[in-house]
Amino acid sequence: MNAKKVLAKTYIGLVLVILYAPIVFIAIFSFTEAKSLGNWTGFSIDLYRNLFTGSMQNSAGLLSALENTLLIALIASVVATFLGTVAAIGIFNLKGAKKNTMNFLNNIPMINPDIITGVSLFLLFVFLHISQGYVTVILAHITFCTPYVVLNVLPKLSQMNPNIYEAALDLGATPSQALRKVLIPVLRPGMVSGFILSFTMSLDDFAVTFFTRGTIGLETLSTYIYADARKGGLTPELKPLMTIIFLFILMVLLFINIRQSKNTEKK
Amino acid sequence: MSKRSSWALPYFIFLVLFVVLPLLLIVFYALTDGNGHFTLANITRFFSDGDSLSTFALSIEVAIENTLLCILIGYPTAWILANKDYNRSAVTVVLFILPMWVNALMRTLATAELFTMAGVTLGKGTLLFGMCYDYLPFMIYPIYNVLNKMDVSYSEAAQDLGAKPSEVFRKVTLPLSMPGVLSGVMMVFMPTVSTFAISEFLTNNKIKLFGTIIQENINNSMWNYGAALSLIMLVIIAITTMLQKDNSEQLEGGTI
Repeated sequence: MNAKKVLAKTYIGLVLVILYAPIVFIAIFSFTEAKSLGNWTGFSIDLYRNLFTGSMQNSAGLLSALENTLLIALIASVVATFLGTVAAIGIFNLKGAKKNTMNFLNNIPMINPDIITGVSLFLLFVFLHISQGYVTVILAHITFCTPYVVLNVLPKLSQMNPNIYEAALDLGATPSQALRKVLIPVLRPGMVSGFILSFTMSLDDFAVTFFTRGTIGLETLSTYIYADARKGGLTPELKPLMTIIFLFILMVLLFINIRQSKNTEKK
Repeated sequence: MSKRSSWALPYFIFLVLFVVLPLLLIVFYALTDGNGHFTLANITRFFSDGDSLSTFALSIEVAIENTLLCILIGYPTAWILANKDYNRSAVTVVLFILPMWVNALMRTLATAELFTMAGVTLGKGTLLFGMCYDYLPFMIYPIYNVLNKMDVSYSEAAQDLGAKPSEVFRKVTLPLSMPGVLSGVMMVFMPTVSTFAISEFLTNNKIKLFGTIIQENINNSMWNYGAALSLIMLVIIAITTMLQKDNSEQLEGGTI
């Protein structure tokens, strides 16, 4: 039994090592000055300093890409959370064929690979003669994010005891009060996980942004990295930036999980 | 609450505008020429174009191999993670999903760089490994979810009735976890066929996958042919989705 346990732990450890190798690699080489990724020219924190003081070759490009990425992700996931929550309440109250149709339509963006979503929206904007840029990228991101919000909120609705809502109304709450004080608190965990999922998918997206950003020179981190890599040389400051983003997310996730497991222990 | 059903309407309109209409436009552009006249030329061009066909075949091959590799590595991982004897911490599970939060292109570039440093020539082998690395979390997570929610009394009952551990796995655990495997396959297979950028980075532009040809055609303003290639992918997606639906319905009907 013990040998089995050791074997299981070793296997998990091995997969994790392989999974994290490239990330650790980026992190290690963020502490050297060399331009190319696998080149070690001695320990240095110059890249970090460059990143924070903005004194790098094309700092404006990288920083505006970062800003665009965060802004697009924030707007898209806020709108997706709102649209998806309203939609989930609506879908939950639908019946029969209408409900099935909505569920079916909601599934399509999740099944479609990025490139299909990207190409199809590109054709839409071309067809409607809408010039592409910020707005079209944000609309595209809302399109692939909202289904995940719906999917996270719907279970909260079906777990809820409908009598609580009715009781609030019977006790004199207006429908909008009942919504704010009864429904929303119940849905909040689903909305939060939908929002987090939307935000991270938007951050990581490459293909959809690539097809819907038009030709105005809008860059997000993904498209910036793509263009950089095609030119042959990655902006070295990307290494410390990626390291910082990774550590930040690692801490947030560990924090959330430790808090959650404490909560469940209490219960 | 019943009046709230109208709340689905804005999203319905949104979905029609940004999901249904764009997909119909793929069909429209695929079946017309530059002047908007109906033609099948784009479709027939694909089937007579040796380059496109061989890229397509290669993409399917790579996608099948990648999916199998992900199941091979991912299933045991998910099984161990869901097994209470080996793992009780949710943090370990999070560790497997965490790499997805680092920009995929950046990770892929680092993977390619690691191969180069190790002296491995970039080619099909590195493509497969890199793809597997990118998509593994998408396989582990759905399988883990199903295994984790599975009622242990099923396998305990099988054990009590005299099944050996290997039989318990083969006849109880594995069939019950199939829905997880199938959704993992859905999340790995089609995205692999359609990747671009990732395949270029991992092979130093030596190997193109189907996604790359679609991208090249769209970017070079050959929208009609690009749309036709996208339509072919859509058809495959529709078929695999329907197959998956049939399977999972059968499974549910068979086990419960």
